[in-house]
Amino acid sequence: MHVLEVKLVTKRFSDQGRPAVDAVSFRVEPGEIFGLLGPSGCGKTTTLRIIAGFERPDGGIVAIRGHNVTGLPPEKRKVGFVFQDYALFPHLSVIRNVMFAMRSVVAAQREQYARGFLCMVGLTDVDHRMPDQLSGGQQQRVALARALAAQPQLLLMDEPFSNLDAGLRDVTRREIRSLLKAQGLNAILVTHDQEEALSFCDRLAVMNQGRIEQVGTPEEVYHHPGTPFVAQFLGRANLLSGTANGASAHTELGEIAIRPRVSGQVLLSLRPEHLSLVATETAEGAGEITAREFRGHDVTYRVQYGGKAYIAHTEYTHSFFPGQLVHLVPREPAVVLRNTSAPLQTEETNSDQN
Amino acid sequence: MLLPLAYLVIRAAEADPAQLASLIFRTRNLVLLHNTVLLTIGVVAATTVLAVPLAWLVVRTDIPARRAITLLSVLPLSVPGYVMAFALLGLGGNYGFMARVFNISLPRPSGYWGALVALSLYCFPYVFLNVRASLSGLDASLEESARSMGHGPARVVLRVILPHLRPALFSGWLIVAIYVLGDFGAIALMRYEVFSYAIYSQYAGAFDRVYAAWLSLMLLALALIPVVMEGRLLARARFARTGTGVARRIRRTALGVWRLPALLFVALAFAASIGLPFGMLGYWLSLSSPWAELPRVARAFLFSAGAAAPAAMAAVFIAVPLAYLRVRYPSALSRATERIVYVGYALPPLALALAMVFFSLRAARPLYQSLPLLVAAYVISFLALATGPIRAALLQAPRRLEEAARSLGLSPLAAFVRTVVPLLRRGMLASMVLVFVITMKELPITFLLAPTGYTTLSVAVFSRTSEALLAEAAPYAAAIVLFSSLFVGLLLRYEGRGE
Repeated sequence: MHVLEVKLVTKRFSDQGRPAVDAVSFRVEPGEIFGLLGPSGCGKTTTLRIIAGFERPDGGIVAIRGHNVTGLPPEKRKVGFVFQDYALFPHLSVIRNVMFAMRSVVAAQREQYARGFLCMVGLTDVDHRMPDQLSGGQQQRVALARALAAQPQLLLMDEPFSNLDAGLRDVTRREIRSLLKAQGLNAILVTHDQEEALSFCDRLAVMNQGRIEQVGTPEEVYHHPGTPFVAQFLGRANLLSGTANGASAHTELGEIAIRPRVSGQVLLSLRPEHLSLVATETAEGAGEITAREFRGHDVTYRVQYGGKAYIAHTEYTHSFFPGQLVHLVPREPAVVLRNTSAPLQTEETNSDQN
Repeated sequence: MLLPLAYLVIRAAEADPAQLASLIFRTRNLVLLHNTVLLTIGVVAATTVLAVPLAWLVVRTDIPARRAITLLSVLPLSVPGYVMAFALLGLGGNYGFMARVFNISLPRPSGYWGALVALSLYCFPYVFLNVRASLSGLDASLEESARSMGHGPARVVLRVILPHLRPALFSGWLIVAIYVLGDFGAIALMRYEVFSYAIYSQYAGAFDRVYAAWLSLMLLALALIPVVMEGRLLARARFARTGTGVARRIRRTALGVWRLPALLFVALAFAASIGLPFGMLGYWLSLSSPWAELPRVARAFLFSAGAAAPAAMAAVFIAVPLAYLRVRYPSALSRATERIVYVGYALPPLALALAMVFFSLRAARPLYQSLPLLVAAYVISFLALATGPIRAALLQAPRRLEEAARSLGLSPLAAFVRTVVPLLRRGMLASMVLVFVITMKELPITFLLAPTGYTTLSVAVFSRTSEALLAEAAPYAAAIVLFSSLFVGLLLRYEGRGE
């Protein structure tokens, strides 16, 4: 049985305009950490709030472990929620914040149980501090302990790491992931950070403009993006059009391998790291390097090819310089995209998220 | 709240057409209108002239004793207009302070200038507080960027600082205007013929209640002008507000040679606004020992508190759900409710009291001159004050807290009680104290609606002063001023937190 099933959920905030959430469907399997990834305003947080019961969908069904909960108020759903700003009760100490969640535990035992949960998230010695006396990372853990203390069937997390600074974020993310896995908890993470989604989730849905563009494992969505949006949102991508003929296609870069096999006009995606540069003397059919960025572990080149700019990441051993003439040679087959959503305006959008 | 007002209209409509025409088109009405507008504009101008330099000195210059100056600039709020008038009246005249102590016979201040001075000295802290908050909230980088674009200091003041101060000035002026339009004590003591004075004399002396009702309606219409303006302003204020926190503190201007004139100005302002009333109180108290009067003062204090306490509690009790609806479920209805509450505050108290009289005489006879009616009038008048702190506290209790509680299994009501109410406690207490203290010194409503023999502090001061029994009024006035200082302390604390 699915832990969560979301079926054709739609939510509209104003009468005119497109819905904030548009016929969204997905399932979460037992033991899975699921991600909702997308740019701000794509409807991911609204979807999460609908699952929690804070918002009523205009249409569609939310079912938890086979029970339709669409009409249930939040307190009846047994769903934990970790807010982006944690929403700790400012008038209660840490331990009382956690004890607040224990409705079914005998009053006398609550404190002891709460200590257990605080220990579980790695917090000791802060029981009697007030929330405003804690660091961001500690607040985050208290919020998690409080959500876990209610023994939810499903834990929802709305950008829980975005208020932590970069160094702390990585550590906390790793620890919380192993904690969730050790407890066998189901969780849904909402984030706009593609690296976070790829490393934290077992499966994820990429959302754009209220719709789900693609659902899959991190590897699937990264290596086999279904749409131009997914290709560009999950890291940099070179988009090129061409005429496919089975296993290869004719493009501006010449005849290149593609997958899967198709025929006709296609839109293709090539990751920058899948392109290598080969020096050439003749200007015929070659590109010119317009910029070079040294990034430590690799070098990013911009290559002007005909009227278009391409990006390529190469190893540090190769050295090319602006003004040089080069050929771009794909090392992997290009991925054929479904041309359902409009491609982003340039290949630069969203490319520098991290 | 609208019900009593309806009775005001009904009462006014009882006039037959011929009588009506003579009532409305009396030249006297024009005189009243002229006087009222003149006084309002005069007080607004005078408070600005007093308050803006003080605020600027405190916030933007290196003048010494800034904290003390701030405190003293707010302290006059504890001296209600009628006590200020009492002090002014005590100064002059044949048996006044100047005559007795220095043997100089000054004319008794009265009429326009008397009322203007009394009201300005009481009201200027409202403008001061607004301008001060706005000045200290001004982002230094705004000025610096204007300077870097080649604008000189004078142009910066004109093009950057003044536009920034405009909303603060407007809201300060509105409070002052509402107060002046509604004031009754200072005006009656100074015998200056404005609407509220005319209403009172018609009601109390001439017993022409139809004319009193008409005058009330005219005053009401006049008082609605600032309210409408405020609505416009609120709509615009959203654009005026800048983003989050202020980056840097503003550098203070060195006064240099202007230090002495500045201090002189400050000293003069305080001599008039604080030295005068406190000195006069001290003088009259020293003339005749107040101790004999003490039991009666205590009785009056208990009467005041006996009406103010239930009013404060009722106001808070009503304000919490109103503020909650407004903050959590903004809708046309909750907005309208808020505006009505605000109109209640802007209602000239005398008009409101008169409306309550008509209402109780017609529809609820047992309520006439009863304590519940008095309390109800207080609540209508001061509900807006109670919603302020509660709303501010509610805005600091984000909706997420309730959502978090509900995701942890609490019902909506339990979530409200266990997460929001604890955070509201301070705001509720502040509201209660605020309404309580303001009600303690309220005069016009008390004067008209209090049960017979229910002599509160404010009524005692007013009736004794109006009969020129200044020494007899002094202990009651002193009690009010002492008690009201609490209010000033509260206001300053609130202000301090806002920074």
